[in-house]
Order: sequence, then structure tokens, then C-alpha cells
Amino acid sequence: MSLVKVTIDQIEVEVEAGTTILNAARIIGGNIVPPAMCYYSKLEGSGGKCRTCLVKVAQGSAKDPRPMPKLMPSCRTLVQDGMVVQNITSPEVMEARKAITEFLLINHPLDCPVCDQAGECHLQDLSYDHGLADTQTVEDRRTFAPIDIGDKIKLHMNRCILCYRCVMVADQLTDHRVHGVLGRGDHCEISTHILKAVDNDFSGNMIDVCPVGALTDKTFRFKSRVWFTKPFDAHRECTKCIGKVVLWKKGDEILRVTGRKDKYGELEEFICNDCRFEHKEPNDWQIEGPRKIERHSVIGQNHYEKL
Amino acid sequence: MAQQILLKNSDVPGLASFEVYRKLGGYASVEKTLKNFTPDQVTDEVKKSGLKGRGGAGFPAGMKWSFLDKSTSNPRYFVCNFDESEPGTFKDRHIGQLNPHQLIEGMILGSYALGARTSYIYIRGELFYVLRIIEKAIEEAYANGFLGKNILGSGYSLDLYCHPGAGAYICGEETALIESLEGKRGNPRIKPPFPAIVGLYDCPTVVNNVETIANLPWIMNNGAEAYAAIGVGNSKGTKLISACGHINKPGIYEIELGLPVEEFIYSDEYCGGIRNGNKLKAVVAGGSSVPILPAELILKTAKGEPRLMSYESLAEGGFETGTMLGSGGFIVMDETTCIVKNLLTFSRFYHHESCGQCSPCREGTGWMERILHRIENGHGTMKDIDLLVSISKHIEGNTICPLGDAAAWPVASAIRHFRQEFEDHVKLQKCPLSK
Repeated sequence: MSLVKVTIDQIEVEVEAGTTILNAARIIGGNIVPPAMCYYSKLEGSGGKCRTCLVKVAQGSAKDPRPMPKLMPSCRTLVQDGMVVQNITSPEVMEARKAITEFLLINHPLDCPVCDQAGECHLQDLSYDHGLADTQTVEDRRTFAPIDIGDKIKLHMNRCILCYRCVMVADQLTDHRVHGVLGRGDHCEISTHILKAVDNDFSGNMIDVCPVGALTDKTFRFKSRVWFTKPFDAHRECTKCIGKVVLWKKGDEILRVTGRKDKYGELEEFICNDCRFEHKEPNDWQIEGPRKIERHSVIGQNHYEKL
Repeated sequence: MAQQILLKNSDVPGLASFEVYRKLGGYASVEKTLKNFTPDQVTDEVKKSGLKGRGGAGFPAGMKWSFLDKSTSNPRYFVCNFDESEPGTFKDRHIGQLNPHQLIEGMILGSYALGARTSYIYIRGELFYVLRIIEKAIEEAYANGFLGKNILGSGYSLDLYCHPGAGAYICGEETALIESLEGKRGNPRIKPPFPAIVGLYDCPTVVNNVETIANLPWIMNNGAEAYAAIGVGNSKGTKLISACGHINKPGIYEIELGLPVEEFIYSDEYCGGIRNGNKLKAVVAGGSSVPILPAELILKTAKGEPRLMSYESLAEGGFETGTMLGSGGFIVMDETTCIVKNLLTFSRFYHHESCGQCSPCREGTGWMERILHRIENGHGTMKDIDLLVSISKHIEGNTICPLGDAAAWPVASAIRHFRQEFEDHVKLQKCPLSK
């Protein structure tokens, strides 16, 4: 693989050709990494939809230094040698990001106080960073009743931002996807096909890939705020998946089991429902130690290891 | 009488049947081309003719063809975009309904030029009766050896299918059309890669509008030079304009590009003036998504020159004082029209038709509709007008496909040119034109 040089917010980095701008920014790290609500590195074809990662390409490449005419989705735009990208240094990008955040929130119920995702929600982080203090809408929001999309998963369509991640996870992990996006425009909804329920060994990953509180774990709902639980790395012998998980404990009780997520909130490995829902006794698991959460949001503030 | 390419024989009874069409010289271009031209020569001919895409964007057709990736051994596809659903545009339906063989003839020429062995006509679902006419015409073309294996003994084979959509405006966007043709949800793809490289079934594909394709037989019969001699500047050939609204003679007119707008609206050969002798107020010149222009700017450019029906002249002045030729949906409004109400209708359409894939368009189109609804019904505030401008600015250019732009431009332009009318709605707390 040949290496190409790209400059993002005045920081130069060398990456393999064929890398996206977003992934190049992640190699640099820090606050120049654009937020991503729909892109998921483990899911093929994801990204490009939420538009929160739009960046300005001030110089297309060394060969063709013209700037790109529009803001580009960094998760789907490949770097070129000599490309110059502006993210947080471009007022235009920051204005667009603010606008996109507002768009994502105008139909969102803002029910964080009763939402299980609060504390580990990407939309919450995004609005904390880029949201307005005040609302400009007076109209009613689009509402749906919460439904059971499978025996272990609750769907709150009100909170959904239509990132399509759960659709892609079902497509790429299982043989027969039984749910999808119905309808069009802002009346779109995630739903199962007629008379079907999401029921397969890997369906729980839909909960982990959901960036917001639209898909939540029915075995954990309303048990605890996530910041009161303590995450531990643990593993077990599993015939279906890798068996490496994070246990979320309160006292000695295991309240929830999830996959291990990196600092961008993306799963390192997908896990099976057996590990996720059926093993909540301490002696089911070999505990490796406390898990550090490298995120700036509430969930990252859990400095319990000193206790 | 202006040169007629597309409507020439449209009043001949039974033109949709093979016999009548053939007797009038139909399919001559196929005989000539398959015998005397290589595919690359056809592409060159189209390039030289200066034919621009008639779907709305006005991209040169020959250039689009030359982007087709010919380096792989993958099959190539030629697709006709018959998903005509832009409000105010109804020209393609006319071709499909009255003159389907000219479209098929063009499909054969285009497919031959691009090396496609299978081609599709993707037709709007609501035009079910046109689908039947085209399917019958395709059958006739097969029966007479113009489609199928070894066409006219040339060794070139082509299969042509007509595929109906399910009633979505978004499937007129070429990548959404391809997704729909593949049997998936009609969501536009993220570009690049462009269809010329990765298109239908991941193979190189060219998608062209009905009217673009229907021009091909004439170009091959009469030569590129003859076609390029029609028109003005870089706007070559003729264009179908579907005129509607408050005019005396709404309908479909074939004009030579370069006709003055004033002549088109007021001459008896075309629209025949404004109804009841009313005053012209505004015109949407190229289908609902292009910017609206007030009477003084549609008849004359900001520089005071007469505005012509051509790609360049209508675009003169950018979006500040110009518009676009677009798809040729010419909507005329007289002094009794409420611009806000008209805009609300457009916005409702875009809200309904947004695919919902990317956030600015999904949320922004609905939001604009709700605000316009409020203003039109007397509940708007002055802040709402600025909010509309800011929403349209934030949608424009930030979406996956041009539907976002198409929803934003009418709003931005209506407020740019008719701000007073919006403010009157707010001040009076009702529509000033309502009784």
C-alpha cells in the first residue's frame, strides 16, 4: 500500500491510500476528529447519511489543488495525496454542524431524563458540543408509541435518527433481516416486517450499534442510570461468539452485558445474545479488571477504579 | 414555424403503432447507424451535436457517455429515466404516450453507442397507461427485428425492458433510480463512485432522460452539424416546454432554444398571453425546484437584455437574479397568485417526497413546510421569515442528492424576490389575497 499525505486542521499525517478523511482524523486523534452518528467502521457501506461529519476540503490533492465545491462527508470521502482538510478550523463547517445538530433534534423528544441511553448517548454528546441553548421550533414533534421489536429489544422510534446502523448490522451479521426502514422522509420508521419479530442469536448487537436511545435492552431498562454502574472487562468460553464482553455491575449484581466499545463508541467485536442476555451471574464470567471508558461524556467520568 | 424534432408527427393518428411510425421514416437511423457507424463514432456524433441532458441538470450527453468505464469486461447498461414527477413538468409523458417508437429508436442508438446488451426504461409508476403503450411498442420492435438477437443482421443484440417505479419522485435521481431498478428501497447512493463507473448491478451505467434519448434518431439521421445549427450559444437543438398555470394556452410546446421568453409567453403560437388579460406576476421556468423569478426578471435579465429560453440566458445573473432552464416545466403565475401559498404547495411536495436518508433534507423539508403553513394561515412572525432563509441555506449543498437543493431553492428565491408578500402575511395575520 502506498502512503499519502493529508493535512487536517493544519496537522499533517501520512495514511494508506484508500483511507477516509474521518479515519485519517482518527489516526491524528483529539478534538479534530469529526463526530459521526451513522458511520460505523465495522459495518460495510455505513456512513454518509447523518451529515454531522461534514468537512471542508480546501485543496483536493497535490495534483488538482482545487477546493471541493461543497462540504464533504468525511466518513465517505477518500483522502488524496496533498489533500488539505478543514474541520474545526472552518467556521463554515462549524455552522453546518450546528445546523445538522438542530435538524437531528427538531423531532427528537429530548427525554434524556427518562432515557436509558442517557450518559452514553452520541446525540447527547453532539448536542452538548454543537447544540443551541434554545429551540427555534414551536410545532409538535413527530411521535410514535414505543414497541417491542423483539423479545429482548425495545424500540422508541421517537428517538431514532435513522442512521441505518441496525439495518446494516442485521444484514451483515444474520441471514434473514426481518426489520427495516418503512415509509419515507421524516415519517420514516424502523419496524419489523408484518408478523415478524427480531429473533436471532446476534440481534442484541442492534442495541449496541444504536447511537441513541431508540433501541434499548429490555433486560436492563430502568434498572439503573449507566453512570451508577461500573464496567468490567470479562470473558467466558462461548461457542457462538468471541465471548469478550463488558459487565456493567452495581455492587455485586451484573445489571447488563454489552460488547466492548472503543473510544468512538464502536464495538470491537460483536457478541451473541447468549452472552448478552442469558449470563448475568458473577460465576458465569472470568473478570479481567475494570474497563476504562475513553469518552468525554458522562460515561467517561466514571473514576471508580480508585475506590 | 420552428424546427420540430420531437413533436413533428405527434398529430398523425396511430403514431404509436409500428406501421405508421415506420412509414414516416422511423427506425431509419438504426439502419443507417448499425451499418455505417462504430459505437465510438456515435458517441462522437452526440458530443459534436452539443445535446445537453434534458432531465434538468443540463449536463452534455456526449460527455456523460464518454465517462463510461470501458476498461472492464463487465456488462454495461443504458437506462432511460422516465420517472418524470417534477411538479409542472409533463413533457416526457407526451413522448411516451404518443411517440413511443422514437424513444425506443433512441434507446437502440444509445445502447449501441455504449455497448449495452440490456437496457431499461424506468417509468414512473403512476404512468401505468403509458407503460402499456411502451410495452406494446417494444413487442412490435422485437417482432420487426429492431430488438432482440442480431438486429438487422448487424451482429448487435439488444434486450429492452420497461420497468415501472412505485410512485416516488426521488427515483428520478439517477442513483436512486438504479437502486429501485435493482429492487431495493429508492435511496440515492453516495457519490462518488458515479454510475458511469459503478452503476446498475455495480456495472458501468448511463442514465439519460426520455427527451435526451428521443433526440438521438434525428441527430443520427441528419448529422450532428445540422443539430448544432439549431439553437443559440451552447444551448443546441430544440426543447420541449410544458407550459402551465395562468396562461391562455397551456400545453406542450417544442421550441428552438434561444426563443425570447416574452415571445413564448405572449405569442399566439405558444402560451398566448396571460388569462383574462391579467398581469404577469412570476414564473417558475424549469420545474418546481428552480428559483422563481418575478415578471421583470424573467422577461429581461438584470442587465436589461431580453431573456431567452436557453440554458445560459435563464441562468444569467446566478441565483441572485437568474434561474435555470431545468426540465422545462414552465409555470406561469398572474397577479392573483399568492406566492406564499404556492411555495407552501411546493414545500409540501418536497416534504412528502424526501427519502429520509440524510438529516438536513429529512428534517428540514418538513420544518419549512410547517413554518410556511403557519405564515400562510396568519400565525407567522417576522422571525419565521429569516428562519426559513437560514433553514434553506443549511439544507442546500449539505445533502446526499439534489433533492435537498431542490427543496431549498424555491424557498430561498421566493423570499429573495417577494419578501414583502411574506411580511404582509405576518402583519395582516392572514393571506392578503384571500377573500
